[in-house]
Amino acid sequence: MNTIWALAGVVIKELYRRKDFYVLFVLTALITIATGMVNFFHDPKIVRYVKDICMLLIWVSALLIAIITAARQIPAERESRTIFPLLAKPVTRLQVILGKFLGCWLATGIALVVFYLFFAIVTGSREQHWPWLGYLQAVWLQWAMLAVVVALSLLGSIVSAAPSSTTTICFIAVAGILLVGGHLDTVALHQTQPLQGIFYTIYFLIPHLEWFDLRDRIVYDWGLVDWLDCVLATLYAAAYTGLFLLLTWFGFRRKSLNT
Amino acid sequence: MDMSVILKTEKLRVEFTSREFRQTAKVALCHLDLEVKVGEVFGFLGPNGAGKTTTINVLLGFVPPTSGAAYLFGIDVRQPIARQRIGYLPEMTYYYKFLTAEELLRFYARIFGLSRMETDKRIDHLLKLVELDGARKRPIKSYSKGMQQRVGLAQALINNPDLLILDEPTSGLDPLGRMKVREIIQRLKNEGKTVFFSSHELGEVETVCDRVAIIDQGELKAVDRVSDLVTRHQSNLEKIFLDIVGYQPQSTP
Repeated sequence: MNTIWALAGVVIKELYRRKDFYVLFVLTALITIATGMVNFFHDPKIVRYVKDICMLLIWVSALLIAIITAARQIPAERESRTIFPLLAKPVTRLQVILGKFLGCWLATGIALVVFYLFFAIVTGSREQHWPWLGYLQAVWLQWAMLAVVVALSLLGSIVSAAPSSTTTICFIAVAGILLVGGHLDTVALHQTQPLQGIFYTIYFLIPHLEWFDLRDRIVYDWGLVDWLDCVLATLYAAAYTGLFLLLTWFGFRRKSLNT
Repeated sequence: MDMSVILKTEKLRVEFTSREFRQTAKVALCHLDLEVKVGEVFGFLGPNGAGKTTTINVLLGFVPPTSGAAYLFGIDVRQPIARQRIGYLPEMTYYYKFLTAEELLRFYARIFGLSRMETDKRIDHLLKLVELDGARKRPIKSYSKGMQQRVGLAQALINNPDLLILDEPTSGLDPLGRMKVREIIQRLKNEGKTVFFSSHELGEVETVCDRVAIIDQGELKAVDRVSDLVTRHQSNLEKIFLDIVGYQPQSTP
């Protein structure tokens, strides 16, 4: 476990020493603060709209941080050949994968907490309303969803060695799941065989990331989700994360270390 | 197994299969038998492409052998625990350049499960040994090549290993840097450590090594004490090496 934490620590250190992530992080924080303060017409609809945009920005930024960070981890280790002195120590390839996963997941978690903190302080100070439990549920479920995304990106980085193509493919896949994943069963209903079967198979195979999206509950103040649903969603995310990490290990365990 | 044998390969064979259709597999190592004993400084020589790095890659578990076996401390090299008591210095400097020397050493120390107190002590000792104490807080990317190679040596020694595997440790270093590395190897030898290193610097091998193995085209051509080889061939190591690998000097017109 020490090895996994040590590897995770290096991932986080690298992240906060990279200027591009700093820029993305600071930019999101600034836009969240700025838009959160906007209240031009004292119209609740506009306020909700601005809050909606802030939440969308937080979602996109968190997804970008998760995917970009995870997609480059193993290819960068192989390309810079830092994997050689690392695996010359009593470290297994599974530990490398778990360490990379943990580092990326913790890093996105830290970014997420900071984003939500900004959002909560800005909107709360204006509306004098502090739905902390709602925010906690939203952060937790989004973080659980990001675990699936990080594991998926790590798997993608084993299949395709170029981080840029992995990032693009993963972002398209995740955006696709978020936008249409939940409607695939309805689409399947209107199809004939074999298309219907294919749509249903995809619907039941993909991780339904849209289930973790509580943005509307925050924006429209719809109240809390049942805690049991939160637990079930967490277990669902854990199952997909485990599956993707297992597949990553399966692909990486005998892979040549040379690029 | 003889307990004094710290590194052993048995009929080690490595083939690299080609992805191209009907291309035959390339034999990188062919029935390699090696034994390195406790406290020895063992030089591993061969021309480029002879199989030196492949042998080291098998010993470190990077490349699985096609057949045969390799052991470190009597443990099959495929088990990570076999690497608990070794230190490895790669030919080039492959480290996280955004970390400082101190952070890098702390990271590796954590992997070996060293306590915080022990880690601090080891880092202080090693950074003094490789003369990088003054630059410990600087990121590695700001180091010169010689300094990076010395960080490499420090990381290889972080766990106070019983066996050091060095892949061309002086390659690309200036004479001063080479001398420094040579001094460190000598000091480790005096401390009773076992050192296995590949090198092209035959003069250096002759000075430092107890025994040498010469490998060519994946096959072991000679293995003996340096002094015995020199006495038997009545020549220096460079000439012996060239004879063994079949070097034919071009006649001048």
